[in-house]
Amino acid sequence: MSEFLSGEDVSIVLCGEAGQGIQTVEAILVQAVKLGGYNVFSSKEYMSRVRGGENSTQIRVSSKRINAYVDRIDILIAISKGAINHLKERISENTIIIGDEETLKDVVRPDVIKIPFLKIAKSIGGPIYANIIAAGALSRVLNIDKEIFDECITAMFLRKGEKILKGDLEAGAEGYKIGDDLLKSGKFKIEIQKDPEIRNELLLNGIDVFGYGCLAGGVKFMSSYPMTPTTSLQVFIARHSKDFDIIFEQAEDEIAAINMGLGASYAGARALTATSGSGFALMTEAVGLSGMIETPIVIYIGQRPGPAVGLPTRTAQEDLNLVLYSGPGETPRAIFAPGNFEDAFYMTQRAFNIADKYQIPVFILSDQYMADIYYNIPYLMTKEVKIENFESIVKTDEKYRRFEIIEDGISPRGIPGFGDGLVVVDSDEHDEEGHITEDLNLRTKMVEKRLKKLEGIKKDVVPPELIGPLDYKILVIGWGSTYGPIKEALDKLKSNEIAFLYFKQVYPLYENTLNYLENAQKTIIFENNANSQFGNLIKLETGFEVHKKALKYNGMPFSVEEVMERLKNIWEEL
Amino acid sequence: MDPEIFDVEGADVAWCPGCGDFPILRTLKAALAELEIDQKKLVLASGIGQAGKLPHYLKSHTYNSLHGRALSPAAAIKAVNRELTVIVTSGDGDMYGEGGNHLMHTIRRNPDITGIVHNNMVYGLTKGQASPTSQLEMKTPLQVEGVSLEPFNPLAVAIALDASFVARTFAGDVEHMKEVFKEAIKHKGFALVDVFQPCPTFNKTNTYRWFKDNTYKLEDSHNVYDRNESFKRAIETEKYPLGIFYKNENRLTFEETLSVYSEESSPLFERKTDISKVKDLIELKRSVQ
Repeated sequence: MSEFLSGEDVSIVLCGEAGQGIQTVEAILVQAVKLGGYNVFSSKEYMSRVRGGENSTQIRVSSKRINAYVDRIDILIAISKGAINHLKERISENTIIIGDEETLKDVVRPDVIKIPFLKIAKSIGGPIYANIIAAGALSRVLNIDKEIFDECITAMFLRKGEKILKGDLEAGAEGYKIGDDLLKSGKFKIEIQKDPEIRNELLLNGIDVFGYGCLAGGVKFMSSYPMTPTTSLQVFIARHSKDFDIIFEQAEDEIAAINMGLGASYAGARALTATSGSGFALMTEAVGLSGMIETPIVIYIGQRPGPAVGLPTRTAQEDLNLVLYSGPGETPRAIFAPGNFEDAFYMTQRAFNIADKYQIPVFILSDQYMADIYYNIPYLMTKEVKIENFESIVKTDEKYRRFEIIEDGISPRGIPGFGDGLVVVDSDEHDEEGHITEDLNLRTKMVEKRLKKLEGIKKDVVPPELIGPLDYKILVIGWGSTYGPIKEALDKLKSNEIAFLYFKQVYPLYENTLNYLENAQKTIIFENNANSQFGNLIKLETGFEVHKKALKYNGMPFSVEEVMERLKNIWEEL
Repeated sequence: MDPEIFDVEGADVAWCPGCGDFPILRTLKAALAELEIDQKKLVLASGIGQAGKLPHYLKSHTYNSLHGRALSPAAAIKAVNRELTVIVTSGDGDMYGEGGNHLMHTIRRNPDITGIVHNNMVYGLTKGQASPTSQLEMKTPLQVEGVSLEPFNPLAVAIALDASFVARTFAGDVEHMKEVFKEAIKHKGFALVDVFQPCPTFNKTNTYRWFKDNTYKLEDSHNVYDRNESFKRAIETEKYPLGIFYKNENRLTFEETLSVYSEESSPLFERKTDISKVKDLIELKRSVQ
């Protein structure tokens, strides 16, 4: 018997071809698990194709809060023939593999439990029910009440009509019978502690949290071009556009997308665009425009491996340099990289306010992994935190000059049609009124005015969060979505010598970063890229060379195990 | 209204003496004055090139954008504040070359804005290279053997895309130009106006004289609602017709398709997000979805 199955934490992986309905099973199970009183986390990896291939989803079920990917597989539901081979490196002697007897008829291994899912499904009405039967079996094995499972099925399939719903409920019941048999066989003994409080918690998805952050940040205009993994944010905003007074427009390309956003922002609507590396490469000229005409915009980037098209559906942290140095000329900016849901929400909302306050482009630099994960949390918006959006727009008078040079560099921001002044902006160097100029002395002043804003932006930097003991010997550095695996690895190692410095804003770099680094005997940085882009930024800004670099760039996130392994090694070297 | 209201005091105009941009600027001011357009509600957007500088010489709100990109922000400006009159001034390089994709899709999107293209069939600001509308065999420092690419036909393309207003006028005929500008600005939907504009510095072929000799006015009897006939007239090259070629008044504008205006007409900057609605939305995630 797998030791994990009697523990507090089970990792279930569903694997099958694109189009075989894994996402449906995932959607049902994550809900059922949460309603059953367990903590749940899910993460997916998939191929860039609509049919075929091998895609997998991990669902973790735990008595503790979890928000990270693990390599370990306790139960594998092999929906396709190729699933076992696809995941062979993660299957251990403790993995229990469950699959359909017909699909897996050529697979000869003692650890495979074959069940006639398809046969039963056909007797109910068709092969489409096979996944629901499997979900039901899992739900039973996890000791989730059948009423809860039925509640999930009903919520999901009610809109598909009574006949389909009836079939799915029947399929679920068949699954529960299979689950009973599996339990009787003694191969499973899952004793995860339930907490009834969890039933009422929020079950959230990464991209939705960014979406809530955008809504809370007062977004009023979004134009984008579909691109994995950020299309889902576009879908979110489009879906909520009517209720929240937002214009969503699918642009003809990324260039139009960001330029429309800047036009909307110039006319007073908080603007957003979302893309990934290649798409953002097309937007970079307009990043310079945003800086030059001092017109705010928020750019959400879901990173994926490059260069060029790279691995379109997988995860990476390879575009920090691109974002940091994007656009011609020199212009201030801010880059947020939240690593958990609370930060994703508040940093996104903050991004809109920082963009408005300093009239600059602001980036939310995330990735595919973060976009696609689900987990439960007690609340996202707490009562204590009052959300207020910064009001930057002023009513103009006849003497209004858009780029008036003032102390902090932040000229009052007028918009056309509000007041008696005229709002003139120009991508060329311009005078205070906004008209084109080649007065070189004025040029110098304008550069200084724009860069002056960086001082304010620095004062507003969100400091990194130090997690762990204050008198650490080893300092782990991470940014963005590596938060989950690093945090869990540290929790598991229970060391009083290792702390984690988690950056949720990577630029400008927090000014006291060096103090944290110098207090450690050893520093190690985890990044999903091959060059340690953030490590290099730290060196550039502080002169400090991070000692060890744990870099992963195969398109998968760090797993908890990998982080633990790396940390154990460095710990032993002390 | 006096057109002088649109004059910019002390503007340092960067155009060459004799440039066709001067009559276009003057005529646009006259057209705006005759239409009584409130300059506080007027946004001129432009890209890069000599034509892109026009907004600096016409007192209004101005969004002088990147090369080729003026249509995108112009459509968005109009979308978030329908009270504004939005006019794009662009050149043949800016609109038909660098911005070609945006032209195509802006025609499809049909925002209620006007696009005026100063078409001098040559690159001015970069000093004399071929533009998308340069005529075959024209020699330039880059097209040393003469232009070999077929000239771009903006009117035919626009009519093919069922643009809602397509016209051509000539900088040497101020009255005609003014009437076309007025009709274009009044038109509800995207109006494309191609303006034949002599460039005395870099285009020695397509001079005022040449345009006079090689153009004629569309007859009053031309049916602007007949798309096939309009297309036929747009592909004439023996002599180039001037006037309003085509109109489609049945198309919805981009703004008319936006749900933000289905119940409320105020510009978006006046609308604030109700945070409690965001909270309610999040709270839904406590129950089964």
